[in-house]
Amino acid sequence: MDTTLDIAAIRADFPILSRTVYDRPLVYLDNAATSQKPRCVVEAIERVYYNQNANIHRGVHYLSQVATEAHEEARQTVQAFINAVTSREIIFTRGTTEAINLIATSFGETFCSEGDEILITGMEHHANIVPWQLLRDRKGIVLKVIPFNEKGELDMEAFSKLISPKTKLVSVAHISNVLGTVNPVAKIIAEAHACNIPVLVDGAQAVSHMAVDVQALDADFYVFSGHKMYGPNGIGVLYGKEKWLEQLPPYHGGGEMIATVTYEKTTYAELPFKFEAGTPDYVGSVALAEAIRYMQKLGLKAIGDYENQLLQYATGQLMKIGGMRIFGTAAEKASVISFLVRDIHHFDMGTLLDKLGIAVRTGHHCAMPLMHTLGIEGTIRASFAFYNTKEEIDALVAAVDRVQKMF
Amino acid sequence: MTINEAQDQVIEEFSEFSDWMDKYAYLIDLGNSLDPIDEKAKIPQNLIEGCQSRVWLNAETQDDKIIFTAESDAVIVKGIISLLIRVMSGHTPDEILDSDLYFIDQIGLKEHLSPTRANGLLSMVKQIKLYALAFKAKA
Repeated sequence: MDTTLDIAAIRADFPILSRTVYDRPLVYLDNAATSQKPRCVVEAIERVYYNQNANIHRGVHYLSQVATEAHEEARQTVQAFINAVTSREIIFTRGTTEAINLIATSFGETFCSEGDEILITGMEHHANIVPWQLLRDRKGIVLKVIPFNEKGELDMEAFSKLISPKTKLVSVAHISNVLGTVNPVAKIIAEAHACNIPVLVDGAQAVSHMAVDVQALDADFYVFSGHKMYGPNGIGVLYGKEKWLEQLPPYHGGGEMIATVTYEKTTYAELPFKFEAGTPDYVGSVALAEAIRYMQKLGLKAIGDYENQLLQYATGQLMKIGGMRIFGTAAEKASVISFLVRDIHHFDMGTLLDKLGIAVRTGHHCAMPLMHTLGIEGTIRASFAFYNTKEEIDALVAAVDRVQKMF
Repeated sequence: MTINEAQDQVIEEFSEFSDWMDKYAYLIDLGNSLDPIDEKAKIPQNLIEGCQSRVWLNAETQDDKIIFTAESDAVIVKGIISLLIRVMSGHTPDEILDSDLYFIDQIGLKEHLSPTRANGLLSMVKQIKLYALAFKAKA
């Protein structure tokens, strides 16, 4: 592999990668589900709890000031990471799922009424389907689905035709968690904006693989999770253009998000606090900022280039196995490979790969409608991160080959 | 053969495998040779949805005994089903309700009956006992 990254040094930053499972070296290829954490991220959590733990935004005491500053610095780190205009546009959530639910509720209740349409794609994660169905049940909106071709690329002509005067929002995955397709979100946004329709981009699978610039994309909302980008579990981000966030009502009520409260009337805090009810995860935010700095130190370009080499190598090697069926062969593809061998059930293959120390995902990957379109029950999914190696891919391929011969 | 005699026989069989690979190869054989369930029994009421694989379980009475048939879309699951049927089918409701399934643990397949596996097997075992309870109440 041709890379400027020092993979051995990187692997040393991730203690879990040196453990064994069933007395075999762990080969962790389930990064699209969650990534492992470098030491600096775990240490950041420890540092907050041991040195600066205090509730934020409301204390006059020293520690509270320190904790508040750290949390707000983390917000600025996220702002710079995705190139938002201001940190007021960065809302900390529990993850991608909560961020989409927030928009489905606050945007949906404000701007959608019966018969209005929301456009999603045929390759969405349940997190970008079910919140809209809940909105449909409340408001009578219509959910429309952009189809994709046999390679797993969106049918952009169909998309153009699906846009109507009733379309209120387009909500699309930046990268498919199953097919790996990198969707042309800039084009989608430009076309939607031409009809004055805002766009939400689910970036859960994208932010760890590529540099994302929300201003260049002109995204109205962009959401992602910390735990898939080497950060801690339980924190995520909703980016929203200030002009939109200003128009939306709060999602949850409680502490932190108010200006004044009387029994008669409550006024809400300014952005971003309006959307952060309750004590925020000020530990998670600081650790997430650490994860971002870690990725930036390596360089998102170098990460993407290396992961693409892993993808190309793995694809080539896997295709040498007779009966290999890879789902998702888009020209623009991230380091995710969903496959089946002949008609061997994904559970059977996954069970035996596990015994060989290979951690892959099996099943429908929270995308049952997509599986239905493909006419299958599930796949085996190997997803690569920058700490994976050519040798690990060789181990995967050898294991898949060994297992498929058992059926 | 009692339920426990059948369990002990399975344990004996599996004691010959020193390697997990052989054990799974045997399960695959068992799965492939499991009689398919009657197509008429593949109805939604008999389907146990797991997140990872699906199981169909059908129960009928023959005299005072319950005959179970079952199938799955995953072969390894079918292999384990074949063992469960061998142990549990053809017994009276009381025998089934009083039984303690220890063989799965002893042959090292306990993980497949864990709720985290989501392969339908745990629900299948529960369903077997529920059928026994229902048939007992009817008798």
